[in-house]
Amino acid sequence: MEYLDQLFVFAKRLMLDLLARFLPDWIVLVASMVISIVAILIFAPLTMMYLTLLERKVVGRIQNRIGPNRVGKFGLLQPIADGIKMLTKEDIVPFQADPVLHFLAPVIIVMPALLIFAVIPFGRGMTAVDLNIGILYFIAVSSISTIAIFMASWGSRNKFSLLGGMRTVAQMISYEVPMVLSVVPVILVAETLSTNAIIEAQSAGWFVWTPWGLAGFLIFFLCAVAECNRSPFDIPEAESEIVAGFHTEYSGIKFALFYMAEFISVFAVSALAVTLFLGGWKGPWLPSWLWFLLKAYALIGVMFWFRGTLPRFRVDQLMGLAWKFLLPLALINIFVVGFWYFSPGLWKWVGSLGILGPSFWIFTKLNRSYVPENRVYRLAEDENNETVGA
Amino acid sequence: MDEKTVTVQDTNPMDTETLEVNFGPQHPSTHGVFRMNIVLDGETIVSVKPVMGYLHRNHEQIAENLTYAAVMPYTDRLDYFNSMANNFGYALAVEKLARIEVPERAQYIRVIMAELTRLVNHVSVIGFLLNDLGAFFTPVLYAFREREKILDIFEAISGSRMMCNYFRFGGVKRDVSDADLEQIRKIVQKFPAFLDEFEALLTKNEILCMRCQNVGVLPPDLAVNASITGPVLRASGVNYDIRKVDRYSIYERFSFRIPLGDKGDVYDRYYVRILEMRESVKILEQALKGIRPGEFIHPKSTSFLKLPRNFKPPVGEAYGRVESPKGELGYYLVSDGTPQPWRYHVRSPSLINLTVLEDLCVGHKVADAIIILGSIDIILGELDR
Repeated sequence: MEYLDQLFVFAKRLMLDLLARFLPDWIVLVASMVISIVAILIFAPLTMMYLTLLERKVVGRIQNRIGPNRVGKFGLLQPIADGIKMLTKEDIVPFQADPVLHFLAPVIIVMPALLIFAVIPFGRGMTAVDLNIGILYFIAVSSISTIAIFMASWGSRNKFSLLGGMRTVAQMISYEVPMVLSVVPVILVAETLSTNAIIEAQSAGWFVWTPWGLAGFLIFFLCAVAECNRSPFDIPEAESEIVAGFHTEYSGIKFALFYMAEFISVFAVSALAVTLFLGGWKGPWLPSWLWFLLKAYALIGVMFWFRGTLPRFRVDQLMGLAWKFLLPLALINIFVVGFWYFSPGLWKWVGSLGILGPSFWIFTKLNRSYVPENRVYRLAEDENNETVGA
Repeated sequence: MDEKTVTVQDTNPMDTETLEVNFGPQHPSTHGVFRMNIVLDGETIVSVKPVMGYLHRNHEQIAENLTYAAVMPYTDRLDYFNSMANNFGYALAVEKLARIEVPERAQYIRVIMAELTRLVNHVSVIGFLLNDLGAFFTPVLYAFREREKILDIFEAISGSRMMCNYFRFGGVKRDVSDADLEQIRKIVQKFPAFLDEFEALLTKNEILCMRCQNVGVLPPDLAVNASITGPVLRASGVNYDIRKVDRYSIYERFSFRIPLGDKGDVYDRYYVRILEMRESVKILEQALKGIRPGEFIHPKSTSFLKLPRNFKPPVGEAYGRVESPKGELGYYLVSDGTPQPWRYHVRSPSLINLTVLEDLCVGHKVADAIIILGSIDIILGELDR
């Protein structure tokens, strides 16, 4: 059991031990980094490839169809076929586009998505870099992608791209604020910014089982969905409105890179939500890394479920949700966690629920413009009219 | 248009430029080769200019050079989602012109086909509207599952799934077998359950309500002045349905009601269609109960269908209209006593309903323009002819 749990850690240590017999220390140190980097560089694109397949299968089931099943058994080779198609397609740069920006944007957008993996604890002792400012690093790095998307939209010289770019910048900046604020309670309770230490702080119980943790988790997860431009917050690439948004003018492997960045960030933010609120790799019986992947994939499954079922918000409604609802709730949540930290026993629960519940209710009432109306319909016959409610 | 541009700039303290974007003709949600020339102030729409004609096929001119019977398959291609309704309108016009009787069984078959077509159309329109809202194909595929069942019936009866070419002057092409009627009965029986499921997923969905309510409000007086017809008109609360007004075919025998909207926004247009499907199911149930064995085409008309150039309606004119799923579909025919119509005109609901597009869209966001277009329900084959 212990062996299974530490499988990857042991494998890395074995390789390093072998190297240390023949080579000087500094090369072993470099090799240690290279092994972690290579592991991430293999794991991330592989995850992305099979997430695309998984999404198509899951959404296919939701929509009453089978999904890809032609290439390989159960369509398992479909991502490879897609990859070959993407690589062999013509790379089109629009006339009058800014060639430098147009080329750099897809390259830059993959970077932050990959960089986030450095601080994700995949299992016990399986963090590539155990940074003591891990969460801060995540927040800083993930905001780079906004710049890349704006470069893509501006560099393409296309009106749909430009509209998509404007939407993206507005959306990503708005949703970063409540996202960061929803992480603050976790940091306050765990008294650390390191991802590993946050998981250790959840030994007694996952943070999501506390009132502030649940509120924080929901805010974080909604914002994470919006940060990844996934449905129902996918207005930057809204197909039915602005064709493909910022990546309208991209083809071939450049388009594939945008797609890759999206799916890698989906995995990265789910992994982070698991780390912050769902106890990370902690769990009974199974190896720690398996627990981590299971929890992360459960959250990804929820994102696919959203994609298969929900219509899209409008721009103003999207902004309204971030600024008028999530942001004040996240601020209240910080106050609640302070109350939780300093009150004894049962008072914690009564007090935090007493603050969170009413404030949730008040914010819902204040945002009444978003509450659906009830309609009454007349059914006209020749003389007498009947009514039916919707 | 100039006035509107000026007012926007006056109220806007920041000196910004408007952006002119062409939505279409190759755009995922213009429902065909239709182009909207939209002027945007940020995300807000300042003006909309519909540009059409990409699918113009000279339908009317072609028809004027053909015999009356040969026009029937061309009418399939008008509104290619509802070929049965198109056939119905044209058959009515020619029957009025040449004073042809239609046997009772044929009338029943016609009504059944027309109402099945309405189900096909409304269920798909709602699916596509949800696609425009961004619901990534799930409602469309649920709708298409039901549509397939009805298309299978069309295939069994007419030989073709979409281009049915089933109606003839004085009746229909072939008789409907009892097995087919039984199949239709099964579909009709199960349809309300499907509608309930569909509604459970959509009607109370908060995002759908947020997006659709109070968007693209069409006031009743504007609707009447712009001669809007069909579900779009009824969603604005005007009680006008050709099935009730004209009582063509045998519609006066069935008891059904006309659902009317409250505000005339996108949500009302969505829900009126759902209610209309429920009424269609009622008509179908009654028609399936009332249908009796008999002739499916008038014996006299079989002779001139074999020799179409001998079919020369008397000099005169006729206007036949039906309540197609999209609105009033009318055919105007002028005969000069020759085998070809001297003048043939189609009053297509898609084209006329689209005239209010700018009134509905101005002041809303880009995303709203797409769903307003989706809720008007256009088909380019009929729009451009």
